[in-house]
Amino acid sequence: MAINLKEIAKKEELFTPGHRLCAGCGTAVLMRQVMLAVEGPVVVSMATSCPFVSTATYPYTAWKVPWIHNAFENAPATISGVEAAYKALRKRGKITQEIKFISMAGDGGTYDIGFQALSGALERGHRFLHICYNNEAYMNTGIQRSGATPLGAHTTTSPAGKLIPGKREFRKDLTAIIAAHDIPYVAQTTPFHWRDLMTKVQKALTVDGPSFINVLTSCHRGWRSDIKDAMQILRLAVDTCYWPLYEVVNGKWRLNYKVRNKLPVIEWIKPQGRFAHLLKEENQPIVAQIQQKIDENWEKLLARCVAD
Amino acid sequence: MARLAALTGNNAAAEAIRQIKPDVFAAYPITPQTEMAEEVAQFVADGILDTEYIPVESEHSSMSACIGASLAGARAMTATASCGLAYMWELLPIAASLRSSVVMAVVNRAFNAPLNIHCSHDDSMGARDSGWIQLYSENAQEMYDNLIQAVKIAEDETVRLPVMVCMDGFIISHAVERLLLLEDKKVKNFLGEFKPAYPLLEVNNPVTLGACALPDYYTEHKKQHSEALRHSIDKIMGVANEYAKLSGRSYSLFESYQLADAEYGIVILNSAAGVTKAVVDKLRKEGVKAGLLKIRVYRPFPAAQIVQALKNLKVVAVLERTDSFGGVGSPVFTDISAAFMEASTKEKPLMVNYVYGLGGRDVGLEDIGKVYANLQAINQRGKIEKSFAYLQARE
Repeated sequence: MAINLKEIAKKEELFTPGHRLCAGCGTAVLMRQVMLAVEGPVVVSMATSCPFVSTATYPYTAWKVPWIHNAFENAPATISGVEAAYKALRKRGKITQEIKFISMAGDGGTYDIGFQALSGALERGHRFLHICYNNEAYMNTGIQRSGATPLGAHTTTSPAGKLIPGKREFRKDLTAIIAAHDIPYVAQTTPFHWRDLMTKVQKALTVDGPSFINVLTSCHRGWRSDIKDAMQILRLAVDTCYWPLYEVVNGKWRLNYKVRNKLPVIEWIKPQGRFAHLLKEENQPIVAQIQQKIDENWEKLLARCVAD
Repeated sequence: MARLAALTGNNAAAEAIRQIKPDVFAAYPITPQTEMAEEVAQFVADGILDTEYIPVESEHSSMSACIGASLAGARAMTATASCGLAYMWELLPIAASLRSSVVMAVVNRAFNAPLNIHCSHDDSMGARDSGWIQLYSENAQEMYDNLIQAVKIAEDETVRLPVMVCMDGFIISHAVERLLLLEDKKVKNFLGEFKPAYPLLEVNNPVTLGACALPDYYTEHKKQHSEALRHSIDKIMGVANEYAKLSGRSYSLFESYQLADAEYGIVILNSAAGVTKAVVDKLRKEGVKAGLLKIRVYRPFPAAQIVQALKNLKVVAVLERTDSFGGVGSPVFTDISAAFMEASTKEKPLMVNYVYGLGGRDVGLEDIGKVYANLQAINQRGKIEKSFAYLQARE
């Protein structure tokens, strides 16, 4: 199951070029990685989002697999229906192939409006993988705050103004919340860590039950960053321990990348225009608050993870 | 051999679902549908029914899952009421415009507020423009028969549209009635296998479903849907005729009761047609030419046929268990008025619209008797003073 770049290069692209996602879009990169990691037949259900409108605008499609968009908040509920149909038709002998199921949604369709449908589908134990392409705001509708938006970030509904310096709340720790569902496989990753991401997709698709991968992915429009920095910023997210790479396999927490030289969070903040106001002197307490939270979470994670 | 049974409306619907044998049944319990969701779960638990039962966390997910299952290539069903139907509202036009074949039992219940668990038609009437076929049922027998026919209609390759089948909450859903059930095998043969058009599970022929369509293509998608719904009327009648051969019970777009030579008519849906028939019988004995038109197929709306059936009456009252607040009248009244506007016929009755039976308020012989008396009074005056009124309301 090891990811071999030479082998991957020979595989057919199931997520094809020609779609309309931005140049430098982290989500486009992760979609490609996910679809290259998949082995065998798969059905995808996608929530309303940037990658939806950019990859499936009639009469075009970028998808070479059976694919369905239903609504914004119900990608996991939709795939649960498809998976139930598969079980029924397989039992009746109408389908003989092994088919896998993936639902995908952004942080809006996963953390917020789609949370109920996801939580329900996970609890019911459908065999599917949910992938969250998490760029920490509602980018498709023009950069509004979400439950994944970090403290201090400027979005159009948590703007940095004269009085209020961006979002006033911490993001919720959705990966831990999903892990609390006690499903067989939960993980965090980024498309910069392509081998980690693809390995996790393959692992997730082999478990007998629901699985979840939270992928931090860059959006240079919303993050106000340079297009060329898309992947480097994701690397910094991990190296500052802002977004640790870990997985929870059957309840066992495991760190996938031990950060030896932990960078200060300001390195992650600096290249992103959404945090520009945090560089001001008067906002240094917010930076300190972010750093403190990251340190606490990192320690908590290390304590949870079993030694290799 | 047909089986004689004593069942509630919910039992009858559950029995129909057992015989239909959906591949997937996804439901969230809500009063007064709960008993149906429970009974189907029990059938599955007892091994009587081989169905993937998805015990969803909400109605939003029951409809989402049914859409996914139907488009995956499975026979998918659900059931709901009131707030539950409202909660899945967003998905109703999606189920229809994606041309799924979902069949849904709706146990009509009032909308809040004030909270009320009893019968009004607010829920399904509100959903009338969602692009679904809508069938209405007077009693448990009709609910059972309509559900079986609905599956055949929804899955027909010339239709491919979802169908909701309605019955009155509590009045029918919880009242025990005598009815005739078909043999399991007969239902199975009548329905045959679902043959989906482009199923998601046909992985060797991948399709993209639910794409985004911008101003350049959206209109054509909607026009196709609109035409499919209008044309479905022929198939609905075709299925009714086939079903009549199978069951001995005939169904049409609407039921005409003493209507051919009637002067005074009531148009009504669902259970209150029963009490209205009793009043018609009584009035006929007294020499009053009373009649009833009970709508079964409300979407697609059989406009021309209803105009034909009502045009020679003197006065008609459209009785509705819902209010289209601030509108010209309630939904059926507005539709029938529009149908007469569109029709070439010059003959048309005087027409009034009464809202009745809200939130389960009982409608009795006296209430319906008063309506027919009003219609006769209107005829004597030769004009309508008030075309819209609430019956039974305390002033």
